[in-house]
Parts: sequence; C-alpha cells; structure tokens
Amino acid sequence: MQYIVLIYGSEKGWSSMSKPQVEQMYAEYRQYSHDLGAAGVLRGGSELKPTSAATTVRLRGGKRQVTDGPFAETKEQLGGYYLIEVPDLESALDWAARCPSARDGSIEVRPLAQMAEG
Amino acid sequence: MLARAIDQLVRREGPRVLAGLIRWSGDFDLAEEAFQAACTQALESWPRRGLPDRPGGWLTTVARRRAVDLLRRRRPDVPLEGPLAEALAAEGGGPVEAPPEVEDDRLRLLFTVCHPALAPAAQIALALRTLCGLTTQEIARAHLEPEATTAQRLVRAKRKIADARIPFQVPAADRLAERLEGVLSTIYLVFNEGFSATGGESWIRPDLCAEAIRLGRLVVELLPGEAEAEGLLALMLLHDARRPARTAADGALVPLEEQDRRRWSPELIAEGTLVLDRAVARASPGPYQLQAAIAALHARAARPEDTDWPQIAALYGALLRHSPGPIVELNAAVAVAMAHGPEAGLAWMERLDRSGELAGYHLLPAAQADLLRRLGRADEARAAYARALELVRHPAERRFLERRLAELG
Repeated sequence: MQYIVLIYGSEKGWSSMSKPQVEQMYAEYRQYSHDLGAAGVLRGGSELKPTSAATTVRLRGGKRQVTDGPFAETKEQLGGYYLIEVPDLESALDWAARCPSARDGSIEVRPLAQMAEG
Repeated sequence: MLARAIDQLVRREGPRVLAGLIRWSGDFDLAEEAFQAACTQALESWPRRGLPDRPGGWLTTVARRRAVDLLRRRRPDVPLEGPLAEALAAEGGGPVEAPPEVEDDRLRLLFTVCHPALAPAAQIALALRTLCGLTTQEIARAHLEPEATTAQRLVRAKRKIADARIPFQVPAADRLAERLEGVLSTIYLVFNEGFSATGGESWIRPDLCAEAIRLGRLVVELLPGEAEAEGLLALMLLHDARRPARTAADGALVPLEEQDRRRWSPELIAEGTLVLDRAVARASPGPYQLQAAIAALHARAARPEDTDWPQIAALYGALLRHSPGPIVELNAAVAVAMAHGPEAGLAWMERLDRSGELAGYHLLPAAQADLLRRLGRADEARAAYARALELVRHPAERRFLERRLAELG
C-alpha cells in the first residue's frame, strides 16, 4: 500500500534557525531518506520551496484565476513529502514518527487511492 | 424462552466468532455482514434442530460460507484470493465443522477498534458493536443520538479501517504500552459516559457501565499481568459498587457523604479490592491504580467520618505527579480540605480559580461553596452556589445544588 507522508511545519521556524541548526536538520533528513531507501520503502519525495513561491490556479466559468500564495493560509505549511510503500498504516505511522519534523511539526499520513486493483 | 437462551448464547460467543472472521477474511464489513446472517440462521435453525456441540464453531462455519457467497455476489468478475479462495475450494457442503480458534483474535479486534487513527466516538461505537455485541440501535440509545448518526459513525470508521489499512493485529511489544493506554482510556470513556451521563434526564446509564466493565474484564483476561488494566477494572468495579446509592428516589444526585452505605454492593467492593491488590503487587503504579486505591479507601469507610482523608490526599498528590491537570488538582484540593481543614482546600481552589484553567466548570464553584458552607460563611457560600448553578447542565446535579442553596436559608 502506498502512503504519502506530508510534512507540515512552521516556515517562520525554519527561517529563524541558525546555520548550524539548518545543517543539522538537513543531515537528519539525509539520514532519514537514506533509511527509507535502505528499507526498500521509498518511492519518491522532495522538499518544497516555501509557500512564498507558491501560486494557486482555479478555473471558474472557464476563466483562469491565478493567485499568489498557497490555497489556504495556515499556521503550519506543507514543506515537503515522501511517497512510501509499506504493508499497512501501522508501518506508515512508524516511518512518519521517525521524520525529523515530527518533533516540532505535524506529519499527515494518507493512503493513495489505488486505481483499479490488480 | 429458548429464543432468549439462544440470543444470550450468540451474544456470548459472538465477539470471539466475529473477531475470528475478521482475521480470516481481512474485511471488517464482510465479516460483520456474514456474522449477522449466521446469527439469524442460528435463531431459525437451533430451535428446530437443537443446539450444536460447539455453537461458536457452528456460527463461524456458517458465516464463512455466507462470506464467500456475499463476495461472489458483490464482485462476480473478480476471482477470489487467499483464505476466501481456499474456503471456496474446501466447500463441499459437508458437515458443519468447527475451524480452529486463534485465541488472541479478540485482542487483535480490541486494538484495531481502539486504534488512535479512529476518532474516540468511533472507537467507542465500534467496541460496543463488535466486542459487546450491542446493536446499532442500542448504541444510539445509550449515547442519546439518532440511530442514523451511530450507523453513519460505524460506516465511516469501518471505511477508514479499510481505506487507511489499519492492520488487524496486536501492536509490537515496543508500542504495546502506549497503545494499551489508548485502549484503557476508551474503555474508561464508556464507563464515565454511563456513570455520569452528560445528557438526558437519568444521571446514570447502568448499561454502559456494565459494558465498560465487561471490556475491562476482557483486557485483563487477554493481557494478564498488566497492572494498569487491572487498575482500571478495579476502579470501575469500586465505582459501580456505589451506583445504587448515588441517586435519590427523585433522581437527584446524592453526594458521597450522604449516601446510604448499606446500599453499596459488598460483592463488587470485594472483587474490586481483590483486583486492585493483585495490580498493586506488580509494583508498577499508574493513574488507574491510584484512582482505584482512592475509591477503595472510600469503600472501606463504614461511615463518612471513618474515611482516611490524609491517605486519600496523599494518593491525590501521587496522582497529580502521574497525570497533572486542573481537575485532578480540584479533587486533590477537596481531599486536602477534608484532611487538613477547609481553609487549606479553599486556598488551593482560589489559586485554581485565578488560573482560569477551570473557567466554565461548575464543580469548582460547587466545591468552593461546599467548603464555605462548612466554615459557616453562608453569604459567600450562597454566591458560590449561584455561580455553580449558572454553569451546571445536568438536571440531577442542578437539583442537588438547588437543595444545598435552599438549606442555607
């Protein structure tokens, strides 16, 4: 079963971190990605540029409405994601809990809807 | 008469059979539907043909056949896989044989329905439905909600189990303690909903208390040696022992010190105390054992004035270290007042009041009013009762507070 692991955290928190703190965080993420890969469960993922780089588009009455920013302003922002393949929610939650941002942010775990099984 | 005996038998065997079916089919919904069909068939067949030797095995086999039928009808285009396919191959219309039971199926079911990925209300509904065998209608009635709401809650929960693939398993050893905490707290929620019903005219809903105790017994039976599981069971038994004395004839709440202690159940007190002693002997203390120990001290006092308040105050102190929180603090303050005089308790309650953590909680002004009344500070007591009456919601509690206020003249 494939799950997407969505990493939410405070962008303000990130930008106020010192350089060694940022380096430490990246080192932890490299280790985490490495562990996911070594366990054979990693299917994809990436860090995202901050929401200041986001653009939202909607098609209303056939007309494009393009706006600056993410679709909703929230206290915590989506900062990255992993796509993993594990047997069940329990293992997905185990992996999500090991994500470095689980300590100060929130990790949302959602199963992918499987197109036609088999 | 026979129908009732069969109904009871089905209820007793049901959870074990259903749990086994869920593991076997890997499909919560299918298992339940097949199980219901088997129960219906039992009610028709048993009165005519007599009881089978192993009713549980009979139900399982009939339900399995039914599950295969249902699945074929649901998805005629998809070939069956795994155990269902094997069941189909083995199906020769032979005698109904009892398949082997896996003892921890009910434990798997318990951890699955109490999975933290499900909302607490959904956990409760699922536990009552699958482990206690209550009907949707009974669950709805117990929670004073429309049957459609309960049904919807159950459907959503089962869909989440399937969609998110919540596994049907007992958590790994390193996760067990954490998950058991969740299971125990769900059971305690059921008990409390029954013991101090938040809605409705009746103050106590004994059916929910009984089901919670039944679940508590199940955990103790399935996970022997867990001190906190025993602590919770002891706590519920000791509280339940006081139930007959807790409500006056007019439905008003009777406070502990005014209860007719002869109406407390000696059997439940004896059993609760025994279970608690066993838990304490494991030397692994926790909040449920501490609360049970407090309840046991109340149960032991033949008259209110015999209550060992200094010991109770000390236990509340320990409870505060385990699970700090303003409501525990309020209870600790009451115990301190009873042990060391109302002034000490009042001072603590005033600090709590200033902190604002219990704003809107009627029991804080009610407790303050009670201590002021004991000190003979009638004007202040009246003002505190008035504040409590503004906040109280349950009619039985309201009547009690109004009576106290009237007694002050």
